[in-house]
Amino acid sequence: MTAGVGAEGIVVDGRRVIGPVETALRDRRNGGGKCLVVYVTGGLGADWLETTRAVAAAGADVVEIGVPFSDPVMDGPTIQAANDVALEGGATPVGILDALREADVGVPLAVMTYYNIAYRMGLERFAESLMVAGVSGCILPDLPLEEADPWLDAAALAGVEPILLAAPTAPEDRLPRICERSRGFVYGVGLLGVTGVRSELAASAVEIATRLKLVTDLPVLVGVGVGTPEQAVEASRHGDGVVVGSAVVQRMVDRAGPEGVAELVAEFRVALDA
Amino acid sequence: MTLQEPTPDGRFGEFGGRFVPETLIPAVLELEEAFREAWVDPTFREELNALLADYAGRPSPMTQCHNLSRELGCQLLLKREDLNHTGSHKINNVLGQALLAQRMGKTRLLAETGAGQHGVASATAAALLGMECCVYMGEVDVRRQELNVFRMRLLGAEVRTAMSGSRTLKDAVNEAMRDWVATVAESHYCLGSVMGPHPYPWMVRTFHEVLGREAREQSEVLLGGPPDVVVACVGGGSNAIGIFSGFADTATDLVGVEPAGGAAVGRGVPGVVHGMDSYLMQDEFGQVLEAESISAGLDYPGVGPEHSHLAAIGRARYEAVTDDEVVEAFQLLSRTEGIIPALEPAHALAWVSRERASLAGKSVVVNLSGRGDKDVAQMMDILA
Repeated sequence: MTAGVGAEGIVVDGRRVIGPVETALRDRRNGGGKCLVVYVTGGLGADWLETTRAVAAAGADVVEIGVPFSDPVMDGPTIQAANDVALEGGATPVGILDALREADVGVPLAVMTYYNIAYRMGLERFAESLMVAGVSGCILPDLPLEEADPWLDAAALAGVEPILLAAPTAPEDRLPRICERSRGFVYGVGLLGVTGVRSELAASAVEIATRLKLVTDLPVLVGVGVGTPEQAVEASRHGDGVVVGSAVVQRMVDRAGPEGVAELVAEFRVALDA
Repeated sequence: MTLQEPTPDGRFGEFGGRFVPETLIPAVLELEEAFREAWVDPTFREELNALLADYAGRPSPMTQCHNLSRELGCQLLLKREDLNHTGSHKINNVLGQALLAQRMGKTRLLAETGAGQHGVASATAAALLGMECCVYMGEVDVRRQELNVFRMRLLGAEVRTAMSGSRTLKDAVNEAMRDWVATVAESHYCLGSVMGPHPYPWMVRTFHEVLGREAREQSEVLLGGPPDVVVACVGGGSNAIGIFSGFADTATDLVGVEPAGGAAVGRGVPGVVHGMDSYLMQDEFGQVLEAESISAGLDYPGVGPEHSHLAAIGRARYEAVTDDEVVEAFQLLSRTEGIIPALEPAHALAWVSRERASLAGKSVVVNLSGRGDKDVAQMMDILA
């Protein structure tokens, strides 16, 4: 038996058993740190790839690339607006994945998009195109466990890590079932609502992290409503880290440039490392 | 065939399903269970039937159109859903869902609306049952349906303008779903058509079956049996499925009429949005296209999954008419029968008028799903 850890994740006998996203997050956790996944809207502005690299360099363990969809029901006003700008600028799933192929970001990548983007392309073709683009993980927030089997099969076949969400409304017996099927990490939804920065961290963020930690060894990250370094620290206290989206995308929308966005990411990294 | 209950995972053939964020899964499962329980509970059924009769004015009549029949050369009958309280068939579903929501302990009704008919019906039911009501409406529709916006506010509802995307019905659905994700504990999403995640397409159809049953009985009396053709307009498809349900087990030709600019069955390919897998107007990458229709109520790029199924198995067919043909039909019925139709059912009439040669001598029942008062201001501009 040959086992190795590398850019491909953990490979046993030529078969990937733990993917790059999960490997990177486990490494961070094993080193006593807290994980930071940062969302960047793909195709937003001419410098989004540069921003992606800057975000990685500033301390993101994984970068999540949003592939814009016309009807993003899990997203609040910030990411919706970014979506619209990117779509008006001609962003397409194929264009974004092609760009990522050459990107050399330096950390594992995941995409977040909606199910119809994958469905339209064909699930197997979509999964393969992620692999070709060097994208390891994939989050589809409108695909609940009940409907996920075809996608999970296609992802497994291609070697993609399908990252599943776990909501605060989930009854107790649902969480282990989600964790069992999720790869990379399990995405704890921090509040009842859509993505966006809130003035305070919801109590449900701490609660979902705590509940998930009781049932899984997968990295547990909390996202949705985690908008400041202070909130990130608070949300990470009970889990393994956070996903930060709207706060970062707002900087992109404000044309802060790759450095301006990286500055914010560095603040999150410093706070989580403190 | 008769229209069936979907499979346990909410499928009509290959269409349907439950494509909602994890947060909403417990809510749709709870809703399905509550609906199943309520529907077999005689108390619930009696309460609903009493409201449908004494408050909404059911049964609605079926009118023989002697003048227009002569002009078209067929025997035309109208199922008069325009005569229901609030002016459309929407009240059937809304009273059912509002009673169900109350039974589930929900205090707030959420709704999306295009033309405003479902919004008005929801606001009405909320007023009647003492519930809070919030209606999402696209900015474009708020402008072209001012009168219904005022009506909803008068009835005590809050109307929120959806400013995202195409700012029409599709975006109002998105906003309503976002609200529901955040308020799922106290809110019931009172979806206005046979669309969305399971159990909605099935539940909403069940609430509208009353109009199909009535139409079947009325056809027996007036025609001595089912008509040759039943025609209804299709946006999401609730009035159409309601009347189709009364004739699915007969040899009647079932025709759904879509607007040319929003022909999900005619021009769409299967896709997933708003919780369901169904025919959808979308581009090569899966981005949902904006529908374009004179009628705010049919301005929707998708269609209910059961219609996709009926189209796929060939039990119903789906045709498209243009805005110009609709404007003609709107005037035609007004002039010949003294009935001003809503722009939505004017689509069904437009198809009958266009196809008069092939319909010659046949009996044709059109579901007149709503009255035209709401459209008069818009038509004044168009015909000026």
